[in-house]
Amino acid sequence: MKTLTFRGGVHPQYFKDLSVREPLREAPLPSPAIVPLTQHIGAPNKPVVKKGEKVKEGQLLGKSGSFISSPVHSPISGKILDIKKAFHPALGFVESVFIERDESAPRVTYSKTEDVEVLPPKELIEKIKNAGVVGMGGAAFPTHVKLSIPEGKKIDTLIINGAECEPYLTCDLVMMTRKTEEIFKGIELIVKILQPKTTYIAIEDNKKAALFAFKKARRESTHKVIKEIRVVSLKTKYPQGGEKQLIKAVSGREVPPGKLPLDIGFLVHNVGTVYAIYEAVYFNKPLIERVVTISGDCMYRPGNYLTRIGATLDDIIKNYGIEIYKDPVKVIVGGPMMGFAQPHLNAAILKGTSGVLFLSKEEAPEFEEGRCIKCAKCVDVCPVRLVPTEITKNVKEKRWAAAKQLCVTDCMECGACAYDCPARIPLVQYIKEGKSAVMAMEGKP
Amino acid sequence: MKKLTISASPHVFSTVDTRGMMKSVIMALLPAVAASLYFFRQDAAGVIISCLAGCVLTEYLIQKVRRVQVRISDLSAVLTGILLALVLPPSIPLWMAFLGGVFSIALGKEVFGGLGQNIFNPALLGRAFLMAAFPVALTTWVKPFSLDAVTTATPLGLAKFEQVVTPSMSLFLGNVGGSLGETSALALLAGGAYLLYKKIIDYRIPLAYVGTVLVFAAITHLIAPARFSPPIFHVLAGGVLIGAIFMATDPVTSPVTPAGRWIFGVGCGLVTMIIRFRGGLPEGVMYAILLMNAITPLINRMTKPKRFGVTNDR
Repeated sequence: MKTLTFRGGVHPQYFKDLSVREPLREAPLPSPAIVPLTQHIGAPNKPVVKKGEKVKEGQLLGKSGSFISSPVHSPISGKILDIKKAFHPALGFVESVFIERDESAPRVTYSKTEDVEVLPPKELIEKIKNAGVVGMGGAAFPTHVKLSIPEGKKIDTLIINGAECEPYLTCDLVMMTRKTEEIFKGIELIVKILQPKTTYIAIEDNKKAALFAFKKARRESTHKVIKEIRVVSLKTKYPQGGEKQLIKAVSGREVPPGKLPLDIGFLVHNVGTVYAIYEAVYFNKPLIERVVTISGDCMYRPGNYLTRIGATLDDIIKNYGIEIYKDPVKVIVGGPMMGFAQPHLNAAILKGTSGVLFLSKEEAPEFEEGRCIKCAKCVDVCPVRLVPTEITKNVKEKRWAAAKQLCVTDCMECGACAYDCPARIPLVQYIKEGKSAVMAMEGKP
Repeated sequence: MKKLTISASPHVFSTVDTRGMMKSVIMALLPAVAASLYFFRQDAAGVIISCLAGCVLTEYLIQKVRRVQVRISDLSAVLTGILLALVLPPSIPLWMAFLGGVFSIALGKEVFGGLGQNIFNPALLGRAFLMAAFPVALTTWVKPFSLDAVTTATPLGLAKFEQVVTPSMSLFLGNVGGSLGETSALALLAGGAYLLYKKIIDYRIPLAYVGTVLVFAAITHLIAPARFSPPIFHVLAGGVLIGAIFMATDPVTSPVTPAGRWIFGVGCGLVTMIIRFRGGLPEGVMYAILLMNAITPLINRMTKPKRFGVTNDR
């Protein structure tokens, strides 16, 4: 089978076998659960519950009146301890709801939707919105907004992103092999809403099990929509799962800078999001749990855990039976290429959290910044064809106009340049600095 | 849990660092070094040791005097020393070779601010200095295996001034007069293959350089076969291979953009051939690369990669 790809990118060590062979485990329920009220890109939520109030699993905790926003629900049944600022793994401190679990609370069941086939697209989107579904590949953009195509635009091609190009992470892979049918059902819903001409499922070729699972399920299916889905194999390379790189690999087309895939008729959804859409529509179940890869070389039992949103890293270490046997130098939320190193274990799992990694000095080494020898590895690997070495030189001297000239704002911050730099210059960090400076200069937030 | 490190992503890195790159290039030069020792024996050993000593000592002393971190362990001075030795004649007095090393590092590299900052290839600048200061020593060649130092001319010199064409097989294996490292094409090609395989160098510059020389020589040879040597001769004789594989690909002094590397390689090839045909010297590789080094910043500026998602940007 032909493997599709884009130009540039890097080949890190993947370490996916650490977590992939283990079964999907259901994690113990957290207490307390710390749920940030705003977990998406868009208007912030206001709490609809009060301190001391009793809540049921799945109950609404916060929402906003704005369209570009996504509600948040209680991951457990219990009592609201407090609503105050709490540590967020990427953004510092944000308003969060602290919930103490009521152990005697009965198990919550969700009402099955009987008439899914006859529901019009509008109602499907409404269900997805009410369930608080956001992009689960990391960006956490509200899914119902992405599915509401503005007047005059049309989606020709839908791509389901199963690339999972970050090392260590296998949460998408596990979903693809274990929830294949459900993901197909979710895709049918999206197809019904968007009516694309072509639908792809794109998976890196180091995940043969997922490719096989989808092809088998497609062969056995009787549904026309599923029969027509194209399962394509991507070259294993980072950042193959970047939205614009994925579109380039699958179709050969490039999304212009500052534009959305939508502008050239494409839409990309992550497989995890598709599963959440399925649960939201078929079971009216809000997004209160997700599969998280917990891995690294410092622990026993790395694997994938069905984890409630709001479980803290501390809770994971203490109650999941993972046993940290070696002191990690870094605890990373997300993947090692774009994830966030944590100063402590207070952060909670969010809707967009794909992994928690416990890495030793051997796997996450620290280097002193060396001197650029202009080897141009950064130029060769940059997936958006920038010249990172030149941009960095200008950022160091605070020449923002020159950085702008070099299209610094096109950077997608994938970190391939810094990964490959033999002088260990944190190129992407300098470029991010340049990006914010240029955007501030232009009066954009 | 001990204190956790906080740093920006990425948190993992490729295994190749600057020292590793230098080491790979040194490894790739070993066949050429071995060939030079085989053909020129203790002469070659003396030149190599003198150049190494000149380069490494100079780098160490300058960094000590400037009170900056001593970075000789990054192996870049070692590499410069070996490269310089390989482009010098085996019969050069050892003190001159040492002086060449001193000049390469002091005025070729450290004066610009050290590793990564220099405009010109340090080894070639060192050779250019020796060429200007000691023209006779730099153009006196000995026959391989001649321990009593029987002088000879290089194949290019023979072709240019005496219309004698050296057989390609001798050029390929290296049993000819010339600099330490430019005699055996086989040894250089083996090193080049290793560097390409390890992805230390990009194929564009060597391919463009050698390709240009081949095309240029093929055209002139077709027009006047008696006056101009065949293309394969121009590639195998003299410094084209060591220049294309090891000198023009020096990351610091060659363009960073893919298009720029094509232009750089073609430019090196053209200037080399113009000097070979029209210049007073039989060989032009050194000046060709130094000249292209000088316009590298300009090439970089003119060959920005096309923006992702933008057609007809410029």
